[in-house]
Amino acid sequence: MSSHNESILREPLITGKNITYARITEEVLWPVENKPNKAWWIGFIVAAMGASLWLVAVGYTFWNGIGSWGLNKTVGWAWDITGFVWWVGIGHAGTLISAVLLLFRQNWRNSINRSAEAMTIFAVICAATYVVSHMGRPWLAYWPLPLPNQFGSLWVNFNSPLVWDVFAISTYFSVSLVFWYVGLLPDIATIRDRATGLRRRIYSIMSFGWTGSVKTWQRFEIVSLVLAGVSTPLVLSVHTIVSMDFATSVIPGWHTTIFPPYFVAGAIFSGFAMVQTLLLITRKVLGLENYITMFHIESMNKIIVLTGSIVGVAYLTELFIAWYSGAEYEQYAFLNRISGPYWWAYAIMMTCNVITPQLFWFEKIRTHIGISWILSIIVNIGMWFERFVIIVTSLHRDYLPSSWVMFYPTWVDISIFIGSIGVFFTLFLLFIRVLPSVAMAEVRLLVKTSSEQAKLKLLQEGKLKAEEAEFYKESLGKYDSVEQGAYANV
Amino acid sequence: MSKIKYILGLFDDPDEMMNGIDKLKQNNFSVYDVYTPMPIHGIEAKLGVKRSRLPIVAFCCGITGTCTALTLMWYTLSYDWPMNIGGKPNFALPDFVPISFELTVLFCAFGMVSAFFIKNHLFPGRAPRVMELRATTDKFVIAIDANANTNHTHIDELLKEAGATEIKHNDRKYVSYE
Repeated sequence: MSSHNESILREPLITGKNITYARITEEVLWPVENKPNKAWWIGFIVAAMGASLWLVAVGYTFWNGIGSWGLNKTVGWAWDITGFVWWVGIGHAGTLISAVLLLFRQNWRNSINRSAEAMTIFAVICAATYVVSHMGRPWLAYWPLPLPNQFGSLWVNFNSPLVWDVFAISTYFSVSLVFWYVGLLPDIATIRDRATGLRRRIYSIMSFGWTGSVKTWQRFEIVSLVLAGVSTPLVLSVHTIVSMDFATSVIPGWHTTIFPPYFVAGAIFSGFAMVQTLLLITRKVLGLENYITMFHIESMNKIIVLTGSIVGVAYLTELFIAWYSGAEYEQYAFLNRISGPYWWAYAIMMTCNVITPQLFWFEKIRTHIGISWILSIIVNIGMWFERFVIIVTSLHRDYLPSSWVMFYPTWVDISIFIGSIGVFFTLFLLFIRVLPSVAMAEVRLLVKTSSEQAKLKLLQEGKLKAEEAEFYKESLGKYDSVEQGAYANV
Repeated sequence: MSKIKYILGLFDDPDEMMNGIDKLKQNNFSVYDVYTPMPIHGIEAKLGVKRSRLPIVAFCCGITGTCTALTLMWYTLSYDWPMNIGGKPNFALPDFVPISFELTVLFCAFGMVSAFFIKNHLFPGRAPRVMELRATTDKFVIAIDANANTNHTHIDELLKEAGATEIKHNDRKYVSYE
């Protein structure tokens, strides 16, 4: 049956009174079916300016070559790969939320998976642009593909992690896109059936002719489940392979076996931080407080503190192993990280990734929207510095002290980075205007079981154990979208 | 015979709709299809819809991907143009694991989703065959073939009894062609 009573001990996933299927549709589609408000326009104009800056800077790079960046013969990888890994990392949360949490039957994913997946796709697009532009000759970007000999020189070397990365990132991007779009079909059909004229035509094409018949839904659910099953190892494999770009080299500071799990934890960490950054604003601006509740925010903060701690353990393990290995170069690489000329980058990384996220152990802090938002930004900054520390401080002092240098970014480096953030936000803002930012079909599933009103009804029926009812009422205290007064005499 | 082609029972509540299906079944009426704005768990068993075989398609496509990847890497690096890379074996299986895995996932995902689209006739630009426009928003719709089930008044009664908020007698199958 579609509805059964969920245990009262679980927090509600939808709050508010009189939530109906129609109201969910109305509220979620409000930004899609109405003219954008001022906040959206301001955000969009700022983001579009960033995106234009990106176009200028990338155009300049293509025209003049990557000599326009601050790279030198010692530091051959700097902000480009830092930006690439940063964006790929951010692109991990979406598929994690939609796939891993689906397998674990975490129903709170239902209201955040759509926008998180969209974020994933846009982040991977940003990452991919870095890959193309750092090639130097982007018109030869097809060279890592396995094309026959006559086309280039030889077959690609499949032993190389850089080639693995081409396969991993492109598979990840295309499978995430498919997963996201299949999930969108029923919601696009909703927009289609409510629209008229040209809008209806456009959404009709995009809906693929979705009807919502029994057989369609049955297959849809199977497809979602199997896609979740294959995406779960996929999402873990992607950052593993990204880390192998470094780990299989012989550069001290990169050549460590801890890299795959350390990178994956870092990716989930930064991905959830970015989801938090975006959703806290989206929830407010689009008025989705009833669907993205305090429970969702708190759950994501818990994941951030968990993965942040894993990352912290990885940092300390790296240091310990460098010392314990007895390898001179390895030891120097880490000594240089901590106390060399880039000590400040290392300090920022440690503070933002290991120390400040620990504040989420306090319930007051993890259920405070403003502090959560600021901490999520701090995590984003910290994770950027993590990649900068790994890449630049491992390279800038190589085996030959006469070639030791510092890296100084040029205006092009800086513009590409700021511009890529602009591209990301432009795409995200367009997304919330044309497609539903909450998976309506999946949220409808929660109305009869996990909503506040369903649980209130259970309370009013009065067949619950007193201590369980009390526990539930206490757990509602943290919600900002629940009318606490309603529970005084239930 | 009347011109009525389909009888639609519109429900606000999925449980009442399930109840409606039960009632129709008990009275030997056949249900043509059910249109809902969200997946209804357990409805397949009620309507006798068979288990989907898509996971088998997914498995076959996945295995095809694994074989493609391994064949490609064997052909290029061990057969067509073997190279001495640091004296290591040409067919270096551990190195081939990541790409074999990625192609398995890629083929599996695309193969299964294509099969899903083909079997359900979903493709961009397909005219949506919708019987009731609100079925994608908030109505749970049972569609009954009016020619196969002739006692229309009885059907109406049963639907109303189960809690249908609206009953429609449509003389055309799909509304979305208008």
